[in-house]
Amino acid sequence: MTTVTEPVKLTDGLQQFIAEWKDRPGNLIMILHKVQEEYGYIPRQVAIQLSKELDVPLAKIYGVITFYHFFKLRKPGKNKISVCMGTACYLKGGEDLLHELETLLGTGVNSTTDDGIFSIEAVRCVGCCGLAPVLMVNSEVYGKVKKDQLADILAKHRES
Amino acid sequence: MAFKSYVLVCGGTACQSSKSEEIYKNFIAELEAAGIKDEVQVVKTGCFGLCEKGPIAKVLPDESFYVKLTPSDTKEIVSEHLVKGRPVKKLLYQGEETKKLAKIEEIGFYQKQFRIVLRNCGVINPEDINEYIARDGYAALEKVLFQMTPEQVIEQLKISGLRGRGGAGFPTWLKWNFTKEVNDFPKYIVCNADEGDPGAYMDRSTLEGDPHSILEAMTIAGKTIGSNKGYIYIRAEYPLAIHRLEVAIQQARELGLLGKDILGSGFDFDIEIRLGAGAFVCGEETALLTSIEGERGMPKPRPPFPAVKGLWQKPTVINNVETWASIPVIILKGGAWFANIGTEKSKGTKVFALTGKIKNSGLVEVPMGTTLREIIYDIGGGIINDKKFKAVQTGGPSGGVITADYLDTPIDYENLQKLGSIMGSGGMIVMDEDDCMVDIAKFYLGFTVDESCGKCAPCRVGGRQLLDYLEKISKGKGTREDIAKMKQIGNAMKRASLCGLGQTAPNPVLSTITYFEKEYLAHIDDKICPAGKCKALITYSILPEKCIGCGLCARRCPVNCITGEKRQPHVIDQSACIKCGECYSVCKFGAVARK
Ligand SMILES: Cc1cc2nc3c(=O)[nH]c(=O)nc-3n(C[C@H](O)[C@H](O)[C@H](O)COP(=O)(O)O)c2cc1C
Ligand code: SF4
Ligand code: SF4
Ligand code: SF4
Ligand code: FES
Ligand code: FES
Repeated sequence: MTTVTEPVKLTDGLQQFIAEWKDRPGNLIMILHKVQEEYGYIPRQVAIQLSKELDVPLAKIYGVITFYHFFKLRKPGKNKISVCMGTACYLKGGEDLLHELETLLGTGVNSTTDDGIFSIEAVRCVGCCGLAPVLMVNSEVYGKVKKDQLADILAKHRES
Repeated sequence: MAFKSYVLVCGGTACQSSKSEEIYKNFIAELEAAGIKDEVQVVKTGCFGLCEKGPIAKVLPDESFYVKLTPSDTKEIVSEHLVKGRPVKKLLYQGEETKKLAKIEEIGFYQKQFRIVLRNCGVINPEDINEYIARDGYAALEKVLFQMTPEQVIEQLKISGLRGRGGAGFPTWLKWNFTKEVNDFPKYIVCNADEGDPGAYMDRSTLEGDPHSILEAMTIAGKTIGSNKGYIYIRAEYPLAIHRLEVAIQQARELGLLGKDILGSGFDFDIEIRLGAGAFVCGEETALLTSIEGERGMPKPRPPFPAVKGLWQKPTVINNVETWASIPVIILKGGAWFANIGTEKSKGTKVFALTGKIKNSGLVEVPMGTTLREIIYDIGGGIINDKKFKAVQTGGPSGGVITADYLDTPIDYENLQKLGSIMGSGGMIVMDEDDCMVDIAKFYLGFTVDESCGKCAPCRVGGRQLLDYLEKISKGKGTREDIAKMKQIGNAMKRASLCGLGQTAPNPVLSTITYFEKEYLAHIDDKICPAGKCKALITYSILPEKCIGCGLCARRCPVNCITGEKRQPHVIDQSACIKCGECYSVCKFGAVARK
């Protein structure tokens, strides 16, 4: 693949973070977290830029990104829905919630709706097992979710 | 007491998700409006453990325990309880006894608990170091810095009998002693807060509710083994816990409890937070250390153990959150005090995240040696809807199931292992008659196959094969030989896998085969799933004699495969049915049969 790679301008927050972390050992994962916080995923251009700034081979950066589930290579929807598939939630019907969401949004897990408003992913325990089944929209946690509440939850976030 | 009363509002993740922040603010506003804001202090605490009944608030000194609050309830609690001294009965926790229980010690959920690790959770404001200090916080560090030699610290740990709470149960004193004895510097202290077991949240609650206990313990370890630098490796999925740790580290630095020359002792120690990135295998210690180094978190063969060659090849003590949280108490009260609690070989307490089909789902801390029955029935209140108990799973993806016959087993490391499960980090998942054991085994295996790092073949290939067999069986296509093959593969994985993930991954399969072979055989021989869970083996059909033709199921069926005239029995087109069970759960007339 030959793509022209113009250097991208990194966000100020990211530049500052890199300056702070550049000389600390084992910084790559922390910097990737910051990239994802700023962009919502790890854009290829940014990864290329990182490789230059940190003097780390691009292959290594991608090796790390692909090893860890948390890092995303594709841009998520405006609202990121994370359905918990931890054991407690699984037993209480987490899978049904996931299927219902897929039906309601017409898109599958790990993908984004055509209008870019929602993306769905299945996550492991988010640590609120007492409230199983749990889902999160962005950073908002919904506990003891019932299938028939999903439409309202979607509507609420679609508007905001 | 400076204040007449205190209102403790839970600020744990679960309660925050149901508006506890607003409740906290409302309390302050209502108290101000009532003109008693100088008499009552509102404190935002960590998790009370009974998250399922959240949001929770407790009023002191009378210990009234309010549950399932809404922001508007605060008005009544302030005007009735705090102004007039009359607890608002209808908002108090209601026990099985169907009477409103006013006081926390009357609640069965708390009666058998004994809190060491969770001593400050739900008691102090975790974002205020002074509240921690007021409850003897950092007193253990002071003792270690000025009154004890490193040898004495290790001696107390040895007497205490404390064993690692991250799963393996390795004696903590021994680990510290190994690291102390190695003459290679710098050395490192690491806190394992990766909490990978899905369905467990002991470490999250501890960090959110009492972050300083971890900082204090790590500093104690630093002084004892000769390290000046600690790392906390925490899951990125725990933003509130990360925030509380950041606040705590900052406050400790400001008071000279972290950083250079701690309390004027000449000892330097600082702590840095490193984020995990969603790989279960990174909970394994060698993988975790590799991940802190910024690499792909692949496990390494041991020996060398981290105590000798750990982070950046330097001697490293790595302990679990709960292990750390026990340490300041052991130092203050003495190893002998701790050793008095528990069983012969397992001392102290253990925190469990009690979840699944249990009435009082929550976080419980009990002395080692408590029986499963006490936890499930006395503390947990039994099974939801009074269904039949089927099994309890401990140890998450590395553990196994325990059946009703063994509910009176006192919990300790050895007993759980004898039963084919493990103590694990504290996940305890209760299952009822509706849960299928083949499906559960498949769920866990699916998880470990996903999470296997792929470095060694026994785990990479064996796990996949086990999962294939389970899938085959759950579709009714299994044979009796498959069971024998699964046992063979499972045992080979246990022996030959490089790290704990692969070595323990077969446990959920092997233990369900041991205790529920009949259920496997029902799938294989009779092609039925007795629990009604495995989709390929169930059919939904409408009983014409019961169906009144209301049409509800037809409207709710996601694939529109139910048809029928109004007020006439409906029928399901079996070829189109996706077995979602929607019709079964919506029919009010019991007219949909599941077989
Ligand atoms: C696959 C795997 C996952 C693990 N996950 C965790 C974990 O999430 N938290 C933890 O404290 N220990 C975990 N451990 C155990 C650690 O390897 C290690 O034993 C522990 O951090 C040592 O601390 P302790 O002695 O205080 O228990 C895991 C082990 C394996 C093999
Ligand atoms: S046992 Fe599994 S997780 Fe562990 S090193 Fe081998 S492949 Fe990786
Ligand atoms: S919901 Fe029940 S009663 Fe109504 S049409 Fe369906 S099967 Fe018949
Ligand atoms: S099980 Fe689901 S798909 Fe099948 S008939 Fe009932 S509602 Fe329709
Ligand atoms: S299993 Fe879903 S929140 Fe823990
Ligand atoms: S988070 Fe409030 S009780 Fe657990």
